[in-house]
Amino acid sequence: MLRFSRASRFSLMAIVAFVLVFMYAPLSVLILNAFNERQVSAWPIQEWSFKWWVVAFESEEIRAALLNSAIVAFGAMTIAMVLGSLVAFALSRYEFFGKGTVNLLVVLPIALPGVVTGVAFSNTYSNFLTPAGFQIGYFGMIVAHATFCIVMVFNNVFARLKRMNPSLQEASMDLGEGLWGTFRLVTFPQFRTAFAAGALLAFALSFDEVVVTIFTAPPGVTTLPLWILAEMARPNQASVVNVVATVVIVLSLIPVYVSQRLSRTENEK
Amino acid sequence: MSAIQKVPNRPLSTYLHKRPTTRLIALLALPMTWLVGVYIISLALLLVTAFWFIDPFTSKVIVGFTIENFVNIFTVPAYFATSIRTLGIAVAVTVVCIAFAIPLGIFMAKLARPWVRNLLAVAITLPLWAGYLVKLLAMRLTFTEEGLVNWLMAPFGINGPGFGIPVTILTLVYLWFPYMALPVFTAIRQLPLNLFDASADLGAKGWATVSRMVLPLITPAIIAGSVFTFSLSLGDYLAARFVGGKTQMIGSIIASNINLNPPVAAAFSMVPIAFVVMYLMIARRTGSLERM
Repeated sequence: MLRFSRASRFSLMAIVAFVLVFMYAPLSVLILNAFNERQVSAWPIQEWSFKWWVVAFESEEIRAALLNSAIVAFGAMTIAMVLGSLVAFALSRYEFFGKGTVNLLVVLPIALPGVVTGVAFSNTYSNFLTPAGFQIGYFGMIVAHATFCIVMVFNNVFARLKRMNPSLQEASMDLGEGLWGTFRLVTFPQFRTAFAAGALLAFALSFDEVVVTIFTAPPGVTTLPLWILAEMARPNQASVVNVVATVVIVLSLIPVYVSQRLSRTENEK
Repeated sequence: MSAIQKVPNRPLSTYLHKRPTTRLIALLALPMTWLVGVYIISLALLLVTAFWFIDPFTSKVIVGFTIENFVNIFTVPAYFATSIRTLGIAVAVTVVCIAFAIPLGIFMAKLARPWVRNLLAVAITLPLWAGYLVKLLAMRLTFTEEGLVNWLMAPFGINGPGFGIPVTILTLVYLWFPYMALPVFTAIRQLPLNLFDASADLGAKGWATVSRMVLPLITPAIIAGSVFTFSLSLGDYLAARFVGGKTQMIGSIIASNINLNPPVAAAFSMVPIAFVVMYLMIARRTGSLERM
């Protein structure tokens, strides 16, 4: 057993406590400031109020941004669901030359800094596609988001497929069911929770992504994070931004929570 | 009467059943077309653009060949200083993350009760999903002139650090810490208990066990974590912009040049790409990639 002196134990606990405070204090400041009466956020909060929530909910701009974020996240999620599952099947069932490279390719879009991914897409769109007479517009943003969302679906589905018993599918084939029937009746029911969990994570990832979005959003189109960014660039931080940020936190935590529940119930079976 | 049931006729399934390679190609065709055709081609085009230049009078992009954009990274003092500063910040972020992840991981994996461990695991994972920009905003609110830190320090008569390089480093740590903490915790947790017993039997005290047994064994996990802490810090620019005061990073140069001078932005993008690819190669060699 690992033994520590009382002093070392105490210092370990102090470090853990410090890490927790460090991780949660700023977020708490942000959320509490969503209820700050003053126009400009500050600490300590002198007067509490819900007025910025009313302002946020009545804003056309914010509603449009929310809609854009949802459309992009939904589009990216859908593409990632298909592509991520296909790669997961290939990598979990087959041994082949270049397997590591394929794995690397899937991870690369989130391992590379957002600015590189964003600039790469923006460069392709504006310096290659536009001169060639092809305006990608809104769809360009979805393409970029889908690319880094693939890994989320892949990770979840891959982990599940690895644990699945391949003989069930063989049995199904031996009993005369074809590839599609086996997939629909045997394979899919076994990995659908992982599939849904990965999809939700992809949605959450896309929903609050900002750096790639900056470079790929067509002019005049604003997502929720882009709206926050524009507000942050103003000299005085308005409290209404904190309301939107709080909403973003909640809207990305819900899919994550559901996704965790989905994975957990399946693992307990 | 016929006792033999009719065998269903499924030409496609029969065809594919005998041909695993065809099945594999069918599975990979779409995703690889996307990842290579959309992403890798975009990165390659970015590399191509890095060799172009802009007309000094019209500021239009000229298709040609020059290595000046790359040479400038090293010869223009402001550019070079920014690259070194960015590298320093990324290293500092990684070191701070490791320094906190190891004690946290040891506590969670080996000292904490199971329910405390689960609680801590959730507590560390959760902020990962709070969103990049939201966390940046939170740090800005915390360290701003009228923020929490200054308020806490006011009774001691000192002023907080203000926006600058230290707060940029702290903010990046705040953003990427879970990427380091989770693999390190998992790795420590997987170390067999009898290794700890053996170490204790051989006379090693707690810290000796940590530095001479735990540390070498969790190195792959640390490398896996640092792929993220290092590469994401290396390419970040919004932290520098919002909590860095006048701090400039490589990302700032890329972002401010993408419309004005795309070739320069492209050349600078190659710096983080080069570092990350190098890092990923090392990670793959040490088997760290499976831990991501």
